[in-house]
Amino acid sequence: MPGHIEDRVKAAVLEVQEYVRLCVTTARAATSRPFYRYDFVEQLDSIGVGSLTVVVLTGLFTGAVLALQSGISLDQFGAREEVGRLVGASMVKELGPVLTALMVTGRVGSGIAAELGSMLVTEQVAALRALGTDPVRKLVVPRVLAGLLMVPALTAISNGVGMIGAWFIAVAQLRVASSVYWNSVWYGLYMEDVWMGLLKPFFLAFVIVTIACHVGLRTSGGTQGVGRATTRAVVAGSVAVLAVDFFVTKLMIFVLY
Amino acid sequence: MSDTSPDPPAPTAEEVLEGEKAPVVVFDGVSLAFDDRVILKSVSFALLLGHTKIILGASGAGKSTILRLILGLLKPDAGVIWVNGERVDGMSERELMRVRADIGMVFQEGALFDSLTVRENVGFKLFEETKMPLAEVNRRVEEVLGFVGLLEHIDKMPSALSGGQRRRVAIARAMTAKPRLLLYDEPTTGLDPITSTSIDAEIIKLRDLERVSSIVVTHQLRDAFYVATHEAVADNGTVRIEQADRSKCEEAEFLMLRDGEIVFEGNASQLRAERDPYLLTFLS
Repeated sequence: MPGHIEDRVKAAVLEVQEYVRLCVTTARAATSRPFYRYDFVEQLDSIGVGSLTVVVLTGLFTGAVLALQSGISLDQFGAREEVGRLVGASMVKELGPVLTALMVTGRVGSGIAAELGSMLVTEQVAALRALGTDPVRKLVVPRVLAGLLMVPALTAISNGVGMIGAWFIAVAQLRVASSVYWNSVWYGLYMEDVWMGLLKPFFLAFVIVTIACHVGLRTSGGTQGVGRATTRAVVAGSVAVLAVDFFVTKLMIFVLY
Repeated sequence: MSDTSPDPPAPTAEEVLEGEKAPVVVFDGVSLAFDDRVILKSVSFALLLGHTKIILGASGAGKSTILRLILGLLKPDAGVIWVNGERVDGMSERELMRVRADIGMVFQEGALFDSLTVRENVGFKLFEETKMPLAEVNRRVEEVLGFVGLLEHIDKMPSALSGGQRRRVAIARAMTAKPRLLLYDEPTTGLDPITSTSIDAEIIKLRDLERVSSIVVTHQLRDAFYVATHEAVADNGTVRIEQADRSKCEEAEFLMLRDGEIVFEGNASQLRAERDPYLLTFLS
């Protein structure tokens, strides 16, 4: 194998090894003391409340455009009144979790990588260790736990707002009666869909936050390195969201349906 | 007839560690390399209680690495490191937390937490890692900030401080939990001579008034000799920095590193008397 390819393979394997090690350390730290609860509450605010606007807007416009597009297609089969069923299932099972996760990756993942990266290059992480504080417990665990709690909540909000956006288009543009639309949403959703919509965000949140923390804590090369780490966190996080979504969907279809 | 009375028994390890000349840090044949780059080559030295070790050397000579090894932030490839009577070279991160409780570190640029105020920075260890009542933590924070003369800046953010003030806050943060050992990584680099002297004075005060052993990594010779040849004297509530006597000067030892190896070890007058070409280049 040529030298440069071998180096790249080794670097990739090392990266995966370090990521897995961080995940294991985080899991251990999350289940033992000390627990930094103020940092956890701060992260709930930063990840949850801070992402609310972008998630609401994403959900609203996605629902609205989905209603617009599906309205045209359903018209060809004379099934315009079924627009609620299509929007509800699409939002809850797929678009809500994935688009919310992508938005969170862009806003939160980049922020985490930049913050931890800056702390690393300015020796604040070393200072934490020197002061007897475990950086994983102090910096990673609160972010991961807050992500696990807030991303599913944001997804649920996004789903709801998306259906409201679609309702507005259904009533105002497609001329579907409000009661027909909501009936269609209600009967179009099965319990399995709701479970899938609720469980998926946990996996996606874990991937987004742990990748961002991993990239941030492996930053090198000063302020330029922080910029690179931020980009890497968003790119790797976004690709991971789509890949994990596929595998989790496959698993859930096998388990739930 | 010869005297057959037996020699006094050798002191036990515990007696040595509790004695006046107890070794606080011991390096025994410590080596470290990153890939092909050798950082330290079989480095051995000891720092005694209340003494100062000043590590000199060019950039990349391995000076800061020694401090990171003491803290356990890095692990040596070979050799043994003892800190406050505990062998740290093979310790886990969890065990090291206990050892670090008795060590303070002042990083090169201060490494203050920029999202926290001066009060929160200085009291970080006590706020986060102890169960000390809040009022007591605040009292201690005010005490150490008073010691470094920055009490009026207690509620400012680090970004509102000058470079010298940030270093002094970093010294205050390192001494809050009353450690027995303080490590200074280039504490005066990039500062003007007046501010550097004020930082040197803090190092001397901590050593002489609080009996804290210290290791100072620097390539600023002026500051190194100032710390080695001055002492702090408390007099009627005021503290004076004055020229130290010969015995006090001998408590500060210089250690010169070149490419990861010790090329000189001795006190200030021995260093001045050296005729080694490399040392002369460094000292000129």
